[in-house]
Amino acid sequence: MKHKKIIAVLTVTAVLTAAGLLAGCSRGTDEDTLTLTNVSYDPTRELYKEYNEAFQKHYKEQNGKDIRIVQSHGESGSQARSVIEGSRADVVTLALSYDIERLERAGLIDAGWEQELPDDSAPYTSTIVFLVRKGNPKGIRDWNDLTKSGVSVITPDPKSSGGACWNFLAAWSWGLDHFGGNEIKTRAFMTDLYRHVTVMDAGARGSTTTFVENGQGDVLIAWENEALYTMREYPGSYEVVVPSVSILAQPSVAVVDRLARRKGHEQAAQEYLRYLYSDEGQELAAKNDFRPSNPEILRRYADRFDLDVKLTRISDFGGWDAAYVKFFDDDAMFDKIMADVDGSQ
Amino acid sequence: MNPFSNPAGGRNRIIPGFGLTLGVTLAMLSLLILIPLISILGHAFQLTANDYAKLITNSAIRNAFITTLGSSFLAALINSVFGFILAWVLVRYEFRGKTLLNGVIELPFALPTAVAGITLSKLYSDTGFFGSFFAGYGISIAYTHIGLIIALVFVGIPFVVRSIQPVLENLDPTYEEAGSMLGASKFTIFRRIIFPELRPALLTGFGLAFARGLGEYGSVIYISGNSAKNHTQVVSYVIMQKLNYVDYASATAIALVMLIIAFAMLFSINMIQLWQARRVQ
Amino acid sequence: MKHSKTKILLLSISVVFVVVMLIVPLISVLMNSLAEGWDFYVKALTTPYVLSALRLTLIATVIAVIVNTVFGLCAAWAISKFDFRGKHLLTTLIDIPFSVSPVIAGLAFIMTFGRMGWIGQWIEVLNDYLGTDIQIVFAVPGVILATIFVTFPFVFREIIPVLHTQGRDEEEAAALMGAKGKTIFFRITLPQIKWALLYGIVLCTARALGEFGAVSAMSKLRGETFTLPLEIDALYQSGSTDAITAAFAVSSLLVLLAVGVLLLRVFFEAKLHKPS
Repeated sequence: MKHKKIIAVLTVTAVLTAAGLLAGCSRGTDEDTLTLTNVSYDPTRELYKEYNEAFQKHYKEQNGKDIRIVQSHGESGSQARSVIEGSRADVVTLALSYDIERLERAGLIDAGWEQELPDDSAPYTSTIVFLVRKGNPKGIRDWNDLTKSGVSVITPDPKSSGGACWNFLAAWSWGLDHFGGNEIKTRAFMTDLYRHVTVMDAGARGSTTTFVENGQGDVLIAWENEALYTMREYPGSYEVVVPSVSILAQPSVAVVDRLARRKGHEQAAQEYLRYLYSDEGQELAAKNDFRPSNPEILRRYADRFDLDVKLTRISDFGGWDAAYVKFFDDDAMFDKIMADVDGSQ
Repeated sequence: MNPFSNPAGGRNRIIPGFGLTLGVTLAMLSLLILIPLISILGHAFQLTANDYAKLITNSAIRNAFITTLGSSFLAALINSVFGFILAWVLVRYEFRGKTLLNGVIELPFALPTAVAGITLSKLYSDTGFFGSFFAGYGISIAYTHIGLIIALVFVGIPFVVRSIQPVLENLDPTYEEAGSMLGASKFTIFRRIIFPELRPALLTGFGLAFARGLGEYGSVIYISGNSAKNHTQVVSYVIMQKLNYVDYASATAIALVMLIIAFAMLFSINMIQLWQARRVQ
Repeated sequence: MKHSKTKILLLSISVVFVVVMLIVPLISVLMNSLAEGWDFYVKALTTPYVLSALRLTLIATVIAVIVNTVFGLCAAWAISKFDFRGKHLLTTLIDIPFSVSPVIAGLAFIMTFGRMGWIGQWIEVLNDYLGTDIQIVFAVPGVILATIFVTFPFVFREIIPVLHTQGRDEEEAAALMGAKGKTIFFRITLPQIKWALLYGIVLCTARALGEFGAVSAMSKLRGETFTLPLEIDALYQSGSTDAITAAFAVSSLLVLLAVGVLLLRVFFEAKLHKPS
């Protein structure tokens, strides 16, 4: 009697759980079609939508087989985390190399990935610009205009957004340039700047929505591609202002070696990333407002991209690791600046 | 010692199925709820005192706790007032559309929080239906504490109404009648007779709305603006943020504190309900 | 008619509150969803992403409802028909998912089944060793687990008050007369709790359809592991006006489901309160 009961309990529980989990797993997959998973960040939604179609066609021509590509978008840092914690990914195309380095540290990507592809494995670049409302009513020309009284700035939170880190470093670069390398003055400027930030979203996309859809703020500090995209989506409502100094943002790409290898996707994954450097890939990047790494194609789009802006690079800050230690870790510069902003309110 | 042993001895055995049902209950509870939560506990024990100190010393985390507790408390308070009125109206008055009103109360249970979030933030942003009205007076609602509280009021209202309603329905009318015959004013009857009877139910409703507010995520993240600067980040958001920053230590420490608060809240609610049940008997 | 003034005042407050807080948001979803016309609406609802999300949402919901119904019946039976030590603790534990932030639920599953979690590490070893591809979090099983988690107490919560008020005399009498457990349950208990159980199931369904926080923590692949609320979020985050309208279109689907739930609720409520 006793045994029967225990067996009954265990059976009911086990069957229910197993049924649940199995029902989830059992999806009919077409054995012939290879499925690549591209874990990317927010502003590349449109780019990869077009690129995937192009690549599918190219792959079919080359290999005579269909290929399916599953996309994942989100804040860059959160995307990297999801891969570390177990999300499926064959390639990652993230906002900054730091996030890919995290995957390397977790043992998912082999060392030396930055040399695997041309241009530090950054097939396209971007920079940080301002998006202002039509007619530029607040007369925003450069970084110091953001701290004029009555100007409200929208930028995401560097604690969760890769884009926001670029924004911060772009502003910092201008500060150093403007104050002749004086960090104290630069920090005071940054405090002033963040005092003018009215909404700090978690990600770059969230900030754009806040600025565009919900009508908050006078200036959006944004990726150039994001700003140009918004201009096109809402013709005649916004203007892009390119500051005198900005930073060369290098979104990086890499094959997630360990996961791709396990499934035998390595070759397709490499092909997928390499094709980003093809003329077609570069054109698509440019069409989607990223600066192509191929200088010839970049020049073709000179009317779209301001090529005169003075760009610093992340290497000027000693790489992302150093930048994080100095600026973005807990109690580092950004937290100190925010504490100053808090204290002076 | 089996903590679930049976103190009442044989009496229980009259109805069959004790072992089976309790067994299934415990097995499923452990598998689906407790094991995952224990993973958090296990991780939390490995943290150093320094990790926990951060909860207080890190201004963003501290502010998130203050914001979450404060706005949930305020929202629960607002809900207590309106929930009380709604329950009262639904139980004591007859009017056309009562069934409709009664049904709509439950909307926040049924509506996905993400849908509530995007809708509220659209309505209350400076360009939205309500927001543009307030913006005319220079008041911003979306991306401020007000928006946050509105979202929490939205998700919390059914808890209060549904806690008070049944108790109010079963309230013995003889005391009221006696009071009224003795010449007590309406207000006195309410204050001296009705309100004390409803207090446990009101507390339960308040507690549930408060507890719900503490854990709310979907509706809040769209409307609050999640600004560290304006202190509109809630704890759930900060946990997510710490996770994204691969700061598992902080995420777990915060989660542990929230778990303890949630458990304490629920335990007191259960105790209040027990007290209420005893009063009825 | 003595308290007509109070009545009018309280009634007005109630109506204004409900209209402003609940009805206008509801209507606003529907209005926004049709902002670009009917054709756009239909197109927005039939993209492969939405269809795949709909499919997964339904799968997760059905499984969650079945699991939680079995659990709710067992737990309610054990708790209402028997006395045992630790009952209040047990009740509180069952309620935990009510007030735990869904984000914490997501974190809990990641720490258990994620690549760095204590069970997940073994799964990872297994996968490397056998070349299998078992995944719990960031895959469909995780979505299902999360959905079960957040809706865990719903059925239980709805039937327990009814069982408490009914007491256990009838069941005891039947048992003394030699009835079997199955007979007692189907003949005595089930008829009593029928409507409460159905309502619990409906409520559980509604919550499962709309779960966002826990699922969003561990579902990243659009078109694969996305549920409808995640698809709404993805569309909303896309930023373009079209995508936001599409987000509202998908939302309207869930809103209609929610309204359906409310109608069922009114129906069950009437049944529940009708003296039998």
